[in-house]
Amino acid sequence: MASYVEDTELRLGLPGSDAPAARGSKRSLPDQDDEAGDESCCRNGGSASAAKAQVVGWPPIRTYRKNSFQAMKTETTTVEPEASGLYVKVSMDGAPYLRKIDLKVYKGYMELKEALDSMFKCFSQGELSRKEGCNGSEYVISYEDKDGDLMLVGDVPWDMFTSSCKRLRIMKESEARGLEFRQ
Amino acid sequence: MDRAFSWVAAFPDEVWEHTFSFLPTDADRNAVALVCRSWHRIERLSRRKIFVGNCYAVEPAAAVRRFPEVRAATIKGKPHFADFNLTITDWGGGAGRWIQSMAKGWPLLEELRLKRMVVSDDCLEIAARSFKNFRVLSLASCEGFSTAGLASVAANCRNLKALDLHENEVEENCINWISHFPESFTSLVTLNIACLDGEMNVSILERLISRCPNLKTLRLNHVTPLEKLVGLLHRAPQLVDLGIGMLIGEGHPGLFSKLESAFAHLKHLKNLSGIWEAGPLYLPAIYSICEGLTALHLCDSSIQTPELSKVVSRCKNLQQLWAMDLIEDDGLIAVASSCKLLRELRIFPSDPHGLAQPVYLTQYGLLAVSSGCVMLESVLYFCRQMTNSALLAIANNCPNLTCFRLCIIEPYTPDYITQEPLDAGFGAIVELCKDLRRLSISGLLTDRVFKTIGASANRLEMLSVAFAGDTDAGLHYILSGCKKLRKLEIRDCPFGDKALLDNADKLEAMRSLWMSSCSVTLGACRLLAKKMPRLNVEVIDENGGGSLESWPDDCHVEKLYIYRTIAGPRTDAPPFVLTV
Repeated sequence: MASYVEDTELRLGLPGSDAPAARGSKRSLPDQDDEAGDESCCRNGGSASAAKAQVVGWPPIRTYRKNSFQAMKTETTTVEPEASGLYVKVSMDGAPYLRKIDLKVYKGYMELKEALDSMFKCFSQGELSRKEGCNGSEYVISYEDKDGDLMLVGDVPWDMFTSSCKRLRIMKESEARGLEFRQ
Repeated sequence: MDRAFSWVAAFPDEVWEHTFSFLPTDADRNAVALVCRSWHRIERLSRRKIFVGNCYAVEPAAAVRRFPEVRAATIKGKPHFADFNLTITDWGGGAGRWIQSMAKGWPLLEELRLKRMVVSDDCLEIAARSFKNFRVLSLASCEGFSTAGLASVAANCRNLKALDLHENEVEENCINWISHFPESFTSLVTLNIACLDGEMNVSILERLISRCPNLKTLRLNHVTPLEKLVGLLHRAPQLVDLGIGMLIGEGHPGLFSKLESAFAHLKHLKNLSGIWEAGPLYLPAIYSICEGLTALHLCDSSIQTPELSKVVSRCKNLQQLWAMDLIEDDGLIAVASSCKLLRELRIFPSDPHGLAQPVYLTQYGLLAVSSGCVMLESVLYFCRQMTNSALLAIANNCPNLTCFRLCIIEPYTPDYITQEPLDAGFGAIVELCKDLRRLSISGLLTDRVFKTIGASANRLEMLSVAFAGDTDAGLHYILSGCKKLRKLEIRDCPFGDKALLDNADKLEAMRSLWMSSCSVTLGACRLLAKKMPRLNVEVIDENGGGSLESWPDDCHVEKLYIYRTIAGPRTDAPPFVLTV
């Protein structure tokens, strides 16, 4: 069975970026390409830019499925009246730099927690944890609201939270104890 | 002559007929029909089911004439790559001529299954009125009809057992088509309307469900309000197969327990499918039925691994799992440890064009499943990276694979650790999985992999190739090997004329060959068509058709579809499709 050494490997990548350290495949041009530059074949593999031309019919998923999936995405986003996202800064104690996330993308606290987990996993030793059932993590998510107060995430209904949250802070549990005590 | 075959006359026809009824496959029956004239006659008069893999391979009238007592017909139209928009619109595959011949020659037809065909409302109306004993209508990946056509099916087919609409493009112009099922109609066993987009009148649906006590399969479309779904489920506790459409719910707390209780009543449920848009918080509502599930098809936009893992780890009897790649490696590890009876795994890409952040789904997920699920037979896996060693391990873990379709999303992707082509990995798959019948390959591949496939894939029936190979030799290896190959579809490979012409005979032994964006010239197509009169060599010219004769031989052919036929060139081809 494969080893999961990767989980504990040091990485140079940004937190939340592709987990495997070596992902040269996206940018590599095929070296072994011997063919006589036949223009009839569609060569798309070399392009590395984010806005690469989409090849017709690739990847091979049914248009029907694509439509359904895209329709689902537009359905969920058109529910939101504002087109612009609700970006807030996210800081984590011990991390060298902050991230920004769009709160409108998430539908609830569970998703927010998962997204933060995957974003910051490589900075937390015990993992904020994507493994099931591991709720006793070393970190707690708090936020700064409109009034400038530091609040614990999860107390108020989601919609109220998104309208009042100004920035997020992931802090160590030991520090967070102080917050609860005050409340 | 008669004396030599007197043993045939030793038994009355009914005895032979009864004997033939035990033959499991059409191929066996075809073989029997070749033995002598009597057997040919007896077989054809007693054939009850036919399968036409390519609607253009035979004239409808000829098929109906030869087998006058058919009760169930399955017909397929467009080539598989039409699913990915590689053919043109109006390419063909119309069901009209078939329906007309069948209506005349098979009035007792009970079951009709059409795939990738263009079916008009007229077709549906004719079918509904002509087949008095019509029981099963199944349309998969079809187009050209509307809900008005469905209304006439509902109104006229008094004994309909199954209406199965799978991924069709349906125009929705008749909102309450479901109300056309008369009040006296109670025979429904299967209702699959998942592909319809329009709002459904839920109370009419409820009444229909209530009066059909044998309903076993119900696949709904966007039944938006959770409360309504709960009501429907309570009316059909005998369901075996449930599709929940798009389960949306943000509402009040009481809803969760209602949903939970509705699911708990479905004591016989084995298949669950649908789009779970309700978010992870409602997912525990299905925990009670997980243990009984044998198939779970969950396409989802919001469920991530932790919640999905909780579901799959309860599905101890799962045999089929279709999920989005949001399940990630961790979710697949949970599958590997919990779903020991798993036979089929399909993982679809949530973000096929790489616009969002990549999900953590790699070769490890598939490797885990291959290792933990010894009964695994069928794999469809979209991912962004793979290694030869993982493929080798998968082949070793699952020598019983019959279907292996791997799509590495970025073309020409090599083994991401060694940067080598994936020839060795796929080679291992075909060499170790001796029963492999269907294979799709991807990633960086040279001619070597085709050599191995040609030599080792002795049971392979369908092969899909994209962005692979170095020279014509690749195609030659496939066509000269792969003894059982029936369908070959290729795109964007440097394969050309020589391999086609050298293996012309093979093409008649196959059902069809699709080649697009390869290196084929018109001259080769002309030679091929001349040499093989029982092949239709169709060239698709998107620039507007026009007369083929005027084009030079060295003109490049962008899309080519070759299939064997006894019906000659088809008469319904649009101007863009030219038979050479």
